[in-house]
Amino acid sequence: MSREGWINLAVLALLAGVPLAAHAAGEPFLVTLATKVAILGLAGVGLNLALGLGGLVSFGHAAFFGLGGYATGVLASHALNYEPLMTEPFALEGTTQMLIIWPVAIVLSGLAALAIGALSLRTSGIFFIMITLAFAQMIYYFAISWPAYGGEDGLSIYVRSEFPGLDTLSPLPFFGLVFALLLLALGLSHILSRSRFGLALQAARQNEARVRAVGIGPYRVRLVAFVISGMITGLAGALFADLNRFVSPAMLDWHTSGQLIVLVILGGVGRLFGPVAGAGLYILLEHNLGHFTEFWQLPFGLLLLAVVLFAPGGLIGVLAGRKRHG
Amino acid sequence: MSLILFIEQILNGLQFGVMLFLMAAGLTLVFGVMGLINLAHGSLYMVGAFACAAVAAATGSFWLGLVASLAAAAAAGVVVEVTVIRRLYRRDHLDQVLATFALILVFSEGVRWLFGSFPLYLDPPAMLSGAVELPGGILYPAYRLAIIVAGLIVAALLFLLIGRTRLGVRIRAGESDREMIAALGVDIDRLYTMVFALGAALAGFAGAMVGAIQSVQVGMGEPVLILAFVVIVIGGVGSIKGALLGALLVGLTDTLGRFLLPLAFEAVTDPASAKAMGAALASMAIYVLMAAVLVFRPTGLFGARA
Amino acid sequence: MAEPALAVSGLRKAFGALVATDGVTLDLRPGEIHALIGPNGAGKSTLIKQMTGELKQDAGEIRLRGAEITFLSPEARSRRGLARSFQVSSLASEFTALQNVVLAVAGARGEAFGFLRPALKDRALVEPARAALARVGLDGRAGIRAADLSHGERRSLEVACALALQPVAFLLDEPMAGMGHEGSLRLTGLLDGLRAEAPILLVEHDMDAVFALADRISVLVYGKVIATGSADEIRRDPEVRAAYLGDEE
Repeated sequence: MSREGWINLAVLALLAGVPLAAHAAGEPFLVTLATKVAILGLAGVGLNLALGLGGLVSFGHAAFFGLGGYATGVLASHALNYEPLMTEPFALEGTTQMLIIWPVAIVLSGLAALAIGALSLRTSGIFFIMITLAFAQMIYYFAISWPAYGGEDGLSIYVRSEFPGLDTLSPLPFFGLVFALLLLALGLSHILSRSRFGLALQAARQNEARVRAVGIGPYRVRLVAFVISGMITGLAGALFADLNRFVSPAMLDWHTSGQLIVLVILGGVGRLFGPVAGAGLYILLEHNLGHFTEFWQLPFGLLLLAVVLFAPGGLIGVLAGRKRHG
Repeated sequence: MSLILFIEQILNGLQFGVMLFLMAAGLTLVFGVMGLINLAHGSLYMVGAFACAAVAAATGSFWLGLVASLAAAAAAGVVVEVTVIRRLYRRDHLDQVLATFALILVFSEGVRWLFGSFPLYLDPPAMLSGAVELPGGILYPAYRLAIIVAGLIVAALLFLLIGRTRLGVRIRAGESDREMIAALGVDIDRLYTMVFALGAALAGFAGAMVGAIQSVQVGMGEPVLILAFVVIVIGGVGSIKGALLGALLVGLTDTLGRFLLPLAFEAVTDPASAKAMGAALASMAIYVLMAAVLVFRPTGLFGARA
Repeated sequence: MAEPALAVSGLRKAFGALVATDGVTLDLRPGEIHALIGPNGAGKSTLIKQMTGELKQDAGEIRLRGAEITFLSPEARSRRGLARSFQVSSLASEFTALQNVVLAVAGARGEAFGFLRPALKDRALVEPARAALARVGLDGRAGIRAADLSHGERRSLEVACALALQPVAFLLDEPMAGMGHEGSLRLTGLLDGLRAEAPILLVEHDMDAVFALADRISVLVYGKVIATGSADEIRRDPEVRAAYLGDEE
């Protein structure tokens, strides 16, 4: 196994081990913290498909994260009030079943990614960055000014959604669910990156003319990647809302988009486990710097600057050395 | 009368538009000349507003504050350019996004540390505090009118600077062929620092002017930054003319959308939900405008054709 | 006469007042190498870009094996069998030589949306890719990143990618450019054997290679084809002599 392979294994073992040990030691807060890492890691795995493999610098993934969150919140609020979402043309009831919420979140964020991607992928480079940012901001403002679901104040979810046969309210089983989904997404991302599609996507990042010259249209390849990426990030959003039992426009805010990019880069862009390592590092820093100073984002910003300027490979890049190809 | 209200809204849209232009002009210059996307541009806007509010509070003079805002934003621009931005010109857009995002964190947290989390208040200068009567009997706040006039003057000066001066020639040359002008002996590092400082000063000026009609607080530059991006996407990257047209379009669309859409919905539904629906859709209007421009001209109204 | 593999007629492109290609008509017949030569600025690059679809023509049409492709995107033209190499090497530089060719095989078959099987473990892709690499003499370099290959090797790799498309026609834009003498000779030998598979439209400045290889030569001057014929006919053509040597009749 390669060095990166061992590091990946260590990251997984750590992520699974910490909550188990914390549970045994009676520290449920640590389990919740690890769950947060796994969810942000999942969102990052989604973003990494577009950003790392496709080279698409999306500054709008908060849109998908937030839409996933609102899927959970809105369905739960309707279930609580016994009020259907709509009656025409077909009846749609609210629900607190994760097995229904997840597909809804995935489809919703996938559709949003399709619409945003179809427009923004007509451009590239700096335009793409600004346009994805702008469309995410549009959804953010819509959520703020649409009063039906809490508007600016957000929406509380009184009971965490349910999963058959599991007590999702207790921290460890909920972590287990999230962890399993993260593994699934990592597996999917691994398979995709080695497939014909992954090859075409990565080639389109390196050289668009080359891809065209072998008969592949880069636009469609990128759009499909963007949609899959949005779907995974949307699923993470649904879980995040359940973790906090709260969803608000803050999930849609552009700082969330920035945060997702940051954790992918901190971990190592384009690396399979980069987002997970990055999420771990991010949460670790947030909590430890937060102990020192109320203004923890100041040292964090400086650290991020240093990583960008001097260690562009991220954490896994520093540990595993130059990326291997082939 | 509603026509008067309508004209007032148009003036508000213009005022919003010229402020957006000051932001977008700096951004688009920096991108056009140096190829850099600068998320921290909104922080320079905030620096200008805080400098103005702090100096105005200390001296009692808005005008001294305004001078301070220009100086502080330009100085912050120079420091940031020399220490960080300069290293990013040859990097890809992802690195630029990340590093300037990091700068936002540093700026915002630094300002919060210095001034605290509570908003500062900045009063417009006394001589502009009243209302002016415009032809047709429209009363309009003098300060807002002054913003429109000041913005248009700055825009005109900027067009003169770019179009008529030696610095402008160099800036335009830098956009098309940086190796060539370096070979001709122009100190490219200094040119870049100056362009960046110019953009920063424009942002700081906008921040100070707007600071007197809104509150001065951490994060105030970010919504404006994103709107400035929308302006650039509509106008075309690197084009000052496009930035002006885009800014006015965005300013008017947003202001009139918020005014007209709720009225339009009142025709079909009850006032309360008309207000809610109108407001929600109005908040999306400029993005719909942007999407429409993208469909027909992916490089913006004045952008170079791909 | 057999149907031409590639035929352009009346192709025209103007940039403002500058007419880069002015009613170009030429064809590429099965089994031949058709060289396109002309002084710098004659419009060769513009013509190639119109054929590949990178530039939209103002007028004229392009047919590939009789079917019109005038308005197709570059990728659709490639998929239909118009293989090209670039004037300046254009590869996926972080990919290995093998990955570059595997991409070409997958692309040519319209399989870009295969999501499951690992491409590099799929013999249906790897075997033809390795065969193409062997044809251009790169079989020993399959695992090297394109960026780490020598200039000549990158040029050969482009030809291998074109080969992997199993094309109807090759469009090779200065494949010898920047190659050493030995490399040029080897590539000349390769192209010589290639024409039996698919005809080659060859833009080349290396006149030794052109006169050694070409069945027919077309000369492009100021956007117009001033002569088409065998090597001997072109050497004797007074207009060509005038264009190249400044001879006056």
